Amino acid sequence: MPLAPVLTSRWAEPQSWRLSTYERLDGYTALRTALGMSPDELVSLVKDSGLRGRGGAGFPTGMKWSFIPQPKPGETRTGPAAMPKYLVVNADEGEPGTCKDLPLMMADPHSLIEGVVIAAYAIRSELAVIYVRGEAVHAHRRLVDAVREAYAAGYLGTDILGSGYDLELVVHAGAGAYICGEETALLDSLEGYRGQPRLKPPFPAVAGLYGAPTVINNVETLASVPFVVRGGSDWFKEFGPEKSPGPKIYSLSGRVVRPGQYEAPMGTTMRELLEMAGGVRPGHQLKFWTPGGSSTPYFTPEHLDVPLDFDSVAAAGSMLGTTALMVFDETDSIVEATLRFTEFYAHESCGKCTPCREGTYWLVQILDRLVHGRGTAADLDLLTDTCDNILGRSFCALGDGATSCISSSLKYFRDDYVALLPPEEQARLGRSLRLEPVGVAS
Amino acid sequence: MSALPGSAEGTAVTGLDSSPVDASPETLAELPPLTEQTRLEAREIIARYPQPRSALLPMLHLVQSYQGYVSPEGVALCAEELGLTKAEVGAVATFYTMYKRRPTGRHLVSVCTNTLCSVLGGQRIFDALAADLGVHHDETAPDGSITLEHAECLAACDYAPVVTVDYEFYDQQDVDSARTLVAALRRGEKPHPTRGAPLTDFRGVSRQLAGFDQYGDEATRRAAIDAEGAIEPTLAGLRLAAERGEAAPPMPGPGPGQPSADTGEPRETVRPSGRTGETPGEEAADARVAAADTPAERAGAEQTHPDKGAEYGQPRGRQRAGTENPPATEPATGTTPPTSPSPNPPRAQNQEA
Ligand SMILES: Cc1cc2nc3c(=O)[nH]c(=O)nc-3n(C[C@H](O)[C@H](O)[C@H](O)COP(=O)(O)O)c2cc1C
Ligand code: SF4
Ligand code: FES
Repeated sequence: MPLAPVLTSRWAEPQSWRLSTYERLDGYTALRTALGMSPDELVSLVKDSGLRGRGGAGFPTGMKWSFIPQPKPGETRTGPAAMPKYLVVNADEGEPGTCKDLPLMMADPHSLIEGVVIAAYAIRSELAVIYVRGEAVHAHRRLVDAVREAYAAGYLGTDILGSGYDLELVVHAGAGAYICGEETALLDSLEGYRGQPRLKPPFPAVAGLYGAPTVINNVETLASVPFVVRGGSDWFKEFGPEKSPGPKIYSLSGRVVRPGQYEAPMGTTMRELLEMAGGVRPGHQLKFWTPGGSSTPYFTPEHLDVPLDFDSVAAAGSMLGTTALMVFDETDSIVEATLRFTEFYAHESCGKCTPCREGTYWLVQILDRLVHGRGTAADLDLLTDTCDNILGRSFCALGDGATSCISSSLKYFRDDYVALLPPEEQARLGRSLRLEPVGVAS
Repeated sequence: MSALPGSAEGTAVTGLDSSPVDASPETLAELPPLTEQTRLEAREIIARYPQPRSALLPMLHLVQSYQGYVSPEGVALCAEELGLTKAEVGAVATFYTMYKRRPTGRHLVSVCTNTLCSVLGGQRIFDALAADLGVHHDETAPDGSITLEHAECLAACDYAPVVTVDYEFYDQQDVDSARTLVAALRRGEKPHPTRGAPLTDFRGVSRQLAGFDQYGDEATRRAAIDAEGAIEPTLAGLRLAAERGEAAPPMPGPGPGQPSADTGEPRETVRPSGRTGETPGEEAADARVAAADTPAERAGAEQTHPDKGAEYGQPRGRQRAGTENPPATEPATGTTPPTSPSPNPPRAQNQEA
């Protein structure tokens, strides 16, 4: 499929982050349209567009908005429907390999703000918060200034564009914790606690920020909303497959000639994207890659033609995640790469539940001795066994995600593990493989 | 055993850092005191939120902007202003990587050593800088110029290997360029980031993260926001599309009475096609007529409904079992409506609107 810049279409404009640029390029026209519609019409429009969350899980956005309890006309307001509603933007981008939301906020912060106002209006929220990853200081700076501009121009604050609708928007900086990208951990963090996930249910739609109904959406998801409003749902569905349509920012990094952001319809394949990025660096071959960040099982060259949309990737045994395509070639050791990812999970485990906190620790120990040639034949089974004790037994998806790179590398590249074993251990497995001198840090 | 790459022998292992907060008399004697001004700023932060405790993270950034780390005095100030115990504040401060337990040098140099950056040389960069500075991970050079840390993925993998100084990006580094950068910083120079605003220092950027202006005058602030960078990877797809003449399918044109601010030249993605001629409003009406259960919705619901627990990683194979923790953490169930929280950009602008 060809490239299809939509979300990225303004990024090359001079001072693309300024309100003047944004307004010159149709900015905030979708907001005018949206404010002329009823909130329910907007929810239906977004439902019908098929937009699914870009934060990793692919949950249908319109459906998420419709879960917010709203008082029925004429009814006395009780329970969650009577509470204030909140919109929280997940701008905590930290999944290894993921690098789309930061450039979006740096280059086109107003598209996010416009999406925020529309979404907040649709769920009848009067306070929205953008939780930005603390390290993202330039994005934070541009966002804060864009919010200031939007207030001054009447796109935020009281009686927005004369509609009678009020919305306050707060930009909140995090402080360095990957787990705060998990939506309920994010809420705890935003309430001033350690960022640790909450038990679900209750889901945030019923009891989220301050115990009130809350929608949490990713940056790219919300930045897509003004385009859905402007183009309509049929237009949006022209991009990619029926079940997960829309333009998508694919992020290519690693051993490619031209790493970067490539926006194309959902369902574009890695073969097509690699071609756009100039291919794997000259003289080398693709060995393994991630379709959606480090928490998604690795793919191999045999998966080059899998359409990169939520359902096709799941059917092929991985997850679309954040479309973070990290590319590795034959000079990269998959076991060392896996060790490094596992160290990341061990560092970022919030410590709340035992399988993840202890399991990731032990996984690091096992991988570490394998990488340093001190592993045993039994370690390979021990890895699988440890993963089995984390997957599905941990409190949140961080623990599950930590097992992806290990299980999938064992599945596709078991010989790479065996080759790292001392000869006598290899003999136990009836194997004799030579160790290639490759490495991650070499 | 396996501490974070580059950590000193015997320091905190994986997971939470358990090293102590620096409360030595020598350190405390050198700290600039927190003043009445600090307190007033803390209250300004509190006023931004419907519930005071939400201010805690920005308040800790504020403390760092004065003292370069989360000092015992800073913990006490936050506790007093929020009506919390010092232990409650300390428990939060020690959870987050960006809150430092020992005074940070003038600049914080972070080297991404997550997998992708490491593959392209990040670990070698870290090792070279550690050797030059004579420090390990999370330690400060004796001259107080630089604190060095290894960082996890900084969401800039398309610019790997990545180094940040006070969180401003120095992209596509190698061992030589990073050593040159650090040498310049030690001489008191401030080389311009490849993407980001001109450097101030660690305390300055902490002030920004607390939601305040770190620049003082409007011209400097504007220059920081507008600072451009070398952003080839960010624009790679866009440039290629222009080269190849590829574009998104055109949007249906705005219907009669639809506002359009399109005063510029026609562009690929907004060229009206008149394909449906429907306004978004009309389409929404169509949408209502159409069944609410779109295929995408069904697919998404089946695959990713939170009840099934599949999120990142692999779909869950089993029920969640064996977690010993009680539900949630101290749920905050207050329902106070947002009492006109001040957004962190000044409200003055707001009133002009
Ligand atoms: C460990 C972990 C980290 C996550 N990090 C992020 C993140 O940085 N940004 C994000 O938008 N979603 C992240 N998510 C997914 C969120 O929990 C949530 O699904 C998402 O923000 C919902 O927004 P969406 O429906 O628009 O995709 C993370 C999930 C987990 C389990
Ligand atoms: S799975 Fe890991 S990150 Fe999630 S709650 Fe358990 S310990 Fe925390
Ligand atoms: S791995 Fe270094 S920025 Fe992502």
